[in-house]
Amino acid sequence: MPEATIALVTGASRGIGSAACLALARAGVTVGVGYRSDPEGAEETVAKARADGGIALPVAVDVRDEESIEEAFRRVEKDVGPVRVLVNNAGYTKDGLAVKYTTENWDATIDTNLKGAFLCSRRALPAMLKARWGRIVNVASVAALRGNAGQAAYSASKTGLVGLTRSLAREVGGRGITVNAVCPGFVETRMTEVQREEIRKRYVEMTPAGRFGTPEEVAAVIAFLCGSEASYVNGSVVSVDGGLSA
Amino acid sequence: MPELQGKVRKILAENLSVPEDQVKAEARFQEDLDADSLDLVEAVLALEEEFGVTIPEEEMEGVKTVGQAVQLVATKLGVSA
Repeated sequence: MPEATIALVTGASRGIGSAACLALARAGVTVGVGYRSDPEGAEETVAKARADGGIALPVAVDVRDEESIEEAFRRVEKDVGPVRVLVNNAGYTKDGLAVKYTTENWDATIDTNLKGAFLCSRRALPAMLKARWGRIVNVASVAALRGNAGQAAYSASKTGLVGLTRSLAREVGGRGITVNAVCPGFVETRMTEVQREEIRKRYVEMTPAGRFGTPEEVAAVIAFLCGSEASYVNGSVVSVDGGLSA
Repeated sequence: MPELQGKVRKILAENLSVPEDQVKAEARFQEDLDADSLDLVEAVLALEEEFGVTIPEEEMEGVKTVGQAVQLVATKLGVSA
């Protein structure tokens, strides 16, 4: 990683995004901790990163809103410098069978998970192109690789994110920029803790590891993909799911 | 406006990694300067930054030569090329 690399992680108040910030900060990366609805969570992430000796700052960013994205990038550029590493982690899910699924929920899911990642990437790429170095990691899901009843929108958004990953990888792969995706399985985050106990039990039974993953286990892979050592990994879709998709 | 022309040509030469004397008004990006679509986008980003203008994708489409690029920037700046 070049000296004083600067990262922006969206949806970093908690869960995988927060853990990714801490892993990056430990690797010496200056981290913008992106948050939308939970500034306290972002402050907590920042405090933890600083306690570890890292450099971090909270950054308000609603990935559904182009203006908010513009402001967030400007803020990071002004305070610490241009973003060289982007982790598109902000995610939304609202489960429900397609027959009764509302258009509003469909749009909310696609806007956050897919369009948000595109908008942030588009904003980040010019500086990466100029630097001839950059990393984008999209946090997809095992639902990108296999269907889930009740997750038509979520699954479609995450499969779309994989398509975005692969196409961007081809567009900018000749400029020292890599674009990869990670596909977490069932990880202990707020997104999965709202699931009913019987469903959680079924998830564990489907997973060869026999347990949920931790945000840190996903963050370690994200941090690797963001590093200089991962320079020949581009357009890859890396499962971090305890063997669920094996 | 030779000054503008010189500036644009310099930026194009830098971004397309070709000697400045090859960046003539009639030079075609694709055929003569071996620029692919990403090279062109990067050149446009550099021009936007240098001149503080915004060049939308649809306006880039008709630009095939260096002279046309100079003209586009001139139009954006409201000056004659």
